[in-house]
Amino acid sequence: MSTNIVTAPPAVRNLSRRGFFMKLGILFNGFAAIVLALPVARFLFSSITRGRGNGYLSWVRLGDVGNFPEGETRMATFRNPLVMPTDGKTVDTACWVRHIAGNQFQVFAINCAHLGCPVRWFPQSGLFMCPCHGGAYYRDGARASGPPERGLFEYPYKIENGVLTIDAGQLPTPGDPVASLNSEKPPCA
Amino acid sequence: MRVITKIAEWFDHRLQLAAPIREAVEHPVPRNTASWFYVFGSAALTVFLLQLVTGILLALIYVPSAGEAWNSLQALNHQVALGWFMRAMHGWGSNFMVAIVLIHMVQVFLFGAHKFPRELTWIIGVFLLLMTLGMAFSGQVLRFDQDAYWGLGIGASIASRVPIIGPFAVKLMLGGPIIAGATLSRFFALHVFVIPGLLIGFVCLHVLMVLKLGINEWPMPGRIVKRTTYEAEYHALTKKDGEPFVPYAIWKDMFFAAFIILAVAACAFYFGPFGPTGQPDPTIIQTAPKPDYFFLWLYALLSLLPPSLETPFLLICPPLVILGLILLPFLSGEGEKSWKRRPIAVVTVLMIAITLGTFTRMAQFTPWSPQMNAWSGDPVPDSYIHGTTALERQGALVFQVKQCRNCHSLGDTGGKRGPALDSVAVRLTQDQLIRQVIQGGGNMPAYGNNLSPAETTALVAFLETLHPAAQGPARDAARELVLSNGKPQTSGTQP
Repeated sequence: MSTNIVTAPPAVRNLSRRGFFMKLGILFNGFAAIVLALPVARFLFSSITRGRGNGYLSWVRLGDVGNFPEGETRMATFRNPLVMPTDGKTVDTACWVRHIAGNQFQVFAINCAHLGCPVRWFPQSGLFMCPCHGGAYYRDGARASGPPERGLFEYPYKIENGVLTIDAGQLPTPGDPVASLNSEKPPCA
Repeated sequence: MRVITKIAEWFDHRLQLAAPIREAVEHPVPRNTASWFYVFGSAALTVFLLQLVTGILLALIYVPSAGEAWNSLQALNHQVALGWFMRAMHGWGSNFMVAIVLIHMVQVFLFGAHKFPRELTWIIGVFLLLMTLGMAFSGQVLRFDQDAYWGLGIGASIASRVPIIGPFAVKLMLGGPIIAGATLSRFFALHVFVIPGLLIGFVCLHVLMVLKLGINEWPMPGRIVKRTTYEAEYHALTKKDGEPFVPYAIWKDMFFAAFIILAVAACAFYFGPFGPTGQPDPTIIQTAPKPDYFFLWLYALLSLLPPSLETPFLLICPPLVILGLILLPFLSGEGEKSWKRRPIAVVTVLMIAITLGTFTRMAQFTPWSPQMNAWSGDPVPDSYIHGTTALERQGALVFQVKQCRNCHSLGDTGGKRGPALDSVAVRLTQDQLIRQVIQGGGNMPAYGNNLSPAETTALVAFLETLHPAAQGPARDAARELVLSNGKPQTSGTQP
């Protein structure tokens, strides 16, 4: 028997019937893996693909212009446009509305431009202050001091039938300040 | 008795496990490794098993939903019998686990156990450390309160700074455009399935390698590790001077394991569970979020780094540190093991420990954050306005109302963001004070747009009174000379 194996032609040793089927089996499993990987990847990255081209953003109403007295900065809250059944209170978002004059507004994200903590408005000193790492901003959102590299994130706004409306729906971050799209940079103080 | 032996034999005939288990527990270890210094690895494993048990118990009640998680934590704390204790055990267990893993790592490094042939054991240990920190962070997220919510915002803000892929990484991490239900669910999956699964696998590999390669012998100064001779020397040592691991060495591990479990239970019983703090409602902004203690050093660092250095530091340093830890056994795989002959290793460990310790300590006081209530809560001390003019008192009022106090302390109360102003008049002249108030600078906002000329005059008049009784305020000598004669004095000195 052993001599038979030794003297077998090389072609048979290179591709025996069983070896062929094993390779075919590996190939077949590879095919199955790809068939499964595509929907898995699509599912896993769905939160990214939907957000391309700002598919998350839409216009949300903050309330009547009359709620925001001229010359003052007030907090407003809105419900995120995209709501899932398990979101609880997390879809309620806060922002700061500064009514400059007439139809001129500035709507700032609540998130500090440093690392996203909630900034607080102090009308007496005219500053936004961050409780986390000590960032401070002027009333027009420009950076005043501390670790932030830029001014507060701003939402684009429009006024429709006396209602202040902003383009929102995504957490603004230093690397993706989506709230500032289409709006001018805050002027220097 | 014969029946029990028969049953055991019946099982072992089918399982065939008795022989390999006996071989593993009785493998010879060098006598000098039966030391109290060698108990931290098994202690880390003990706490990990404790975390598995308490974690499963918490999962019986906990609801991983952004709308319900906080309420289920309240139920654990107040409604379920000893739910608070299980939460406290799990929380304190995580603190102990991070601490013990770090101590284990320092001990291994100082005893040279990362050197040949245990390089891979060390590298897997590095991954185990990273996974432990991953468990710590994701666990903090599952305690879905205000700290968890804003902590996620900080994580997202850091992730967003990675060039090109940053914004995508944020959406992948949050599971959507904002911190919401999907975010908590995926951190639950990470904390309960993904990371523990990896941890169990890597821990088994780690322990298997310790069994196969043998425990690191006690390092003797002058006994040099060489790739060519080490393994033969080690086997000679275990043969000549070895004892079976069980029971010769294991009793210390067992004592320490029981001690650690009791220590965790004592902390849990005495200090109670961590939080939860306020509800994770993003519209409640009266909060000062803070990470758990193992990330406090990072919190301090993020406050103290210059803004321009922060992003490069965040993106470059962590990969470098991890790479350095992985490459360490290849850079120093041979040579001296004893810490007595490795001064640089000792100094490095001390430097890292002191740095992390200092940052952690600072983060407990957060001197960089404005004290939001100081302006309305801490009055100007009486002695500071004793015998002052009406203008100066008006200045003290401006000082409070404009919230200078949130960043500057007087009489040791108030914020620590800026310098204490108790003796500011000694440091700055009147002109310099006016300039600083109006233009800001040196990390102080400019108040020019927010103070009327009258307010500025009053404020500076008050600040000028802030000097010790025996030491006059700073003066600009040239200015007084100019004012006293009405014209420059230089003409008089010319020949």
